[in-house]
Amino acid sequence: MTNTKTILPTEHCETCPAFTQLEQMGIKVGDFDRVVALAGNPNTGKSTLFNTLTGLKQHTGNWPGKTVTRAEGGFEFNKMRYKLVDLPGTYSLLSASQDEEVARDFILFGQPSCTIVVCDATSLERNLNLVLQVMEITEHVVVAINLMDEAKRKGLEVDARSLSRDLGVPAIAITARTGDGIHTLLGAVADVIEGNIVTKPLRVHGTPEFQKAVNELVPMIEQMAPGIPNARWLAIRLLDGDARVQKALSTGELGDIVSRQQRADVQFSAKMSVEGRQ
Amino acid sequence: MEANEILAKAESLRNDLSTGFRDEIVKSLYTEAENIAKRAVKAATDKKYDLDQKIDRLVTSPYTGLPIMLLLLSFVIWLTVSGANVVSNGIAVVLFGIGDYGRALFDQIGMPWWITGFIWDGVYLSLAWVVSVMLPPMMIFFPAFTFLEDLGYLPRVAFNMDWLFKKTGAHGKQSLTMAMGFGCNAAGVIATRVIDSPRERLIAILTNNFVPCNGRFPTLIMLATVFVAASFPPALTSFIAAGTVVGVVLIGVLFTFLASWILSKTLLKGEASAFTLELPPYRRPNISRILYTSIIDRTIFVLWRAMQTAAPAGAIIWILANIHLGDSNLARMIADWLNPFGLLLGLDGVILLAYIIAIPANEIVVPTMMMVYMGAGMMINGPSGNSAIFDLLVNGNGWTMLTAINLMLFALLHNPCATTILTIYKETKSYKWATLSVVMTLGTAFLVTFLTASFARLMGWA
Repeated sequence: MTNTKTILPTEHCETCPAFTQLEQMGIKVGDFDRVVALAGNPNTGKSTLFNTLTGLKQHTGNWPGKTVTRAEGGFEFNKMRYKLVDLPGTYSLLSASQDEEVARDFILFGQPSCTIVVCDATSLERNLNLVLQVMEITEHVVVAINLMDEAKRKGLEVDARSLSRDLGVPAIAITARTGDGIHTLLGAVADVIEGNIVTKPLRVHGTPEFQKAVNELVPMIEQMAPGIPNARWLAIRLLDGDARVQKALSTGELGDIVSRQQRADVQFSAKMSVEGRQ
Repeated sequence: MEANEILAKAESLRNDLSTGFRDEIVKSLYTEAENIAKRAVKAATDKKYDLDQKIDRLVTSPYTGLPIMLLLLSFVIWLTVSGANVVSNGIAVVLFGIGDYGRALFDQIGMPWWITGFIWDGVYLSLAWVVSVMLPPMMIFFPAFTFLEDLGYLPRVAFNMDWLFKKTGAHGKQSLTMAMGFGCNAAGVIATRVIDSPRERLIAILTNNFVPCNGRFPTLIMLATVFVAASFPPALTSFIAAGTVVGVVLIGVLFTFLASWILSKTLLKGEASAFTLELPPYRRPNISRILYTSIIDRTIFVLWRAMQTAAPAGAIIWILANIHLGDSNLARMIADWLNPFGLLLGLDGVILLAYIIAIPANEIVVPTMMMVYMGAGMMINGPSGNSAIFDLLVNGNGWTMLTAINLMLFALLHNPCATTILTIYKETKSYKWATLSVVMTLGTAFLVTFLTASFARLMGWA
């Protein structure tokens, strides 16, 4: 499982400059330059994309809730080493169950260089809710519209350019199962991280008085916990009266959550996921 | 800046905001998503969508849903039983043949008897048993199971059973974690993370073991084929065997409900909470992935795990059987000592001894049992093939239909394997719940086998 290998070439590969640039690195993620998180609704193909990119065999299955822990793997693209973190599916960032909490905490506090939000092309509207929420807390977002083959079979046409324009972040159509669009996706991820693409994420701001309240709280939170990645999101949650965030703040648990995101979930990513026992 | 100050500030800011500001935010989020999606997606036809819905109407209907589920389960198990029969004799002949050859070779080069015995009659024989009993059914059952999983059938199973779970006071998603338990109970326990209420999650964890995992299926299939179906005409064998396994699985599901209901009325009181379950579209399974998952992840994984415990188990049995005390040996003495208790449960002392030795991975109970029968001098030659196993156990060691049925029930209900117990501890972070999971299942196994044995004897069947 740890040996480095290259994706099997297809007829299109020889003419594709990107072909030689992707190298699957399996679970060798000790030394990496960038961290990319895979977020998205349940059963949109995050684990399939993870497997395609890393060459690992994270267990996939056609049912929501398959991935309950973080799985980590690596790949090399354009001479840059990436650590890829496969997260459990979540419908929103207001998680209730443990698996969703794993995902939310990493997106919020793990400080990934870029977050790929994987969407199901066949039910885009519901998937976009999460995209909007993720864009609320980070600018480094690339939207991967997966299951394009399925959408095609259902007679749906998805216009990725229209999505990119509306969302203000790159939206790339892919089919993770076959690897279609993968290189374009990775190119966009690299461009966002390097600043070649400047994203301007669409933000749903709410009323002006609400904005004012948020802006008052943010500096207070930053003063209390210097270096906290998502003071803005925390402020919004506090205004909303989120009991869990209130508790995390007053018990100092917040700091723990932030530092926990830097540690690998080693026993699961290296053993459980590879053995397919998730 | 203190946390309390921030909380107080947030509180006062919130009170200043006009009521309904939350709804405002949520509403604008949804409207935005709707508009963006509308601009980006053009629908031409929805032919496929119709087909998906038509299939779903059939497989999730209150009338046809459960029968279709049972038919599918029966078909998969029947396929496994009849397919495993074909290969299992061949595998046994080859493996036991190698054993005979190895033994002869060691004798020829003048190895001391105890080295030959320890290696070939202890460790090797035990491994040969594990492979020949477990490998054939796994090769057929796992790909079939993975196929259904990839197709998208599992959430439908959950959908069909969710109202039953709610009736017992458990979470509907428990049907999903139960379905995972058929694959591996430890994985089923981890999968309970999708249940948000701690009370309902504990119920799901504690009852997961009542469905037989992939490791225990081969045992059930082998017992059903060799013993239960053996007294029927050959043409019916595979159907009777499949029917028996399905029956045992249903009993397991019944106990899941029963235990969930009792738990939610006593230790873990509370109401079932509502949830939404998404039915994903059917997807064409990827054949190479199915083969990879079922052969590498599941078959090799389960078999390797079984072999790791089978090798030392075989060694222990050989040593026990070769410590002679007077006319008898240690294995036989322990088995005799356990016998009264075993008979009370409709089993026997050898089965209990095998069970104790096989605690680390109790899916190897049957192979271990064979070893003890042989090691204790109750079986002379390694039999190859199902008919030989039947002949030796029934005619040589007084097995009855009751023994076979109660062993199946015992295998279904007894305590979780060591890995699962450890997983339960890790997930609950409590010795109390991990211990309860063992006491509860083992107690149920003892009680049920005792009752069936007493009943059968009272009726004069055994």
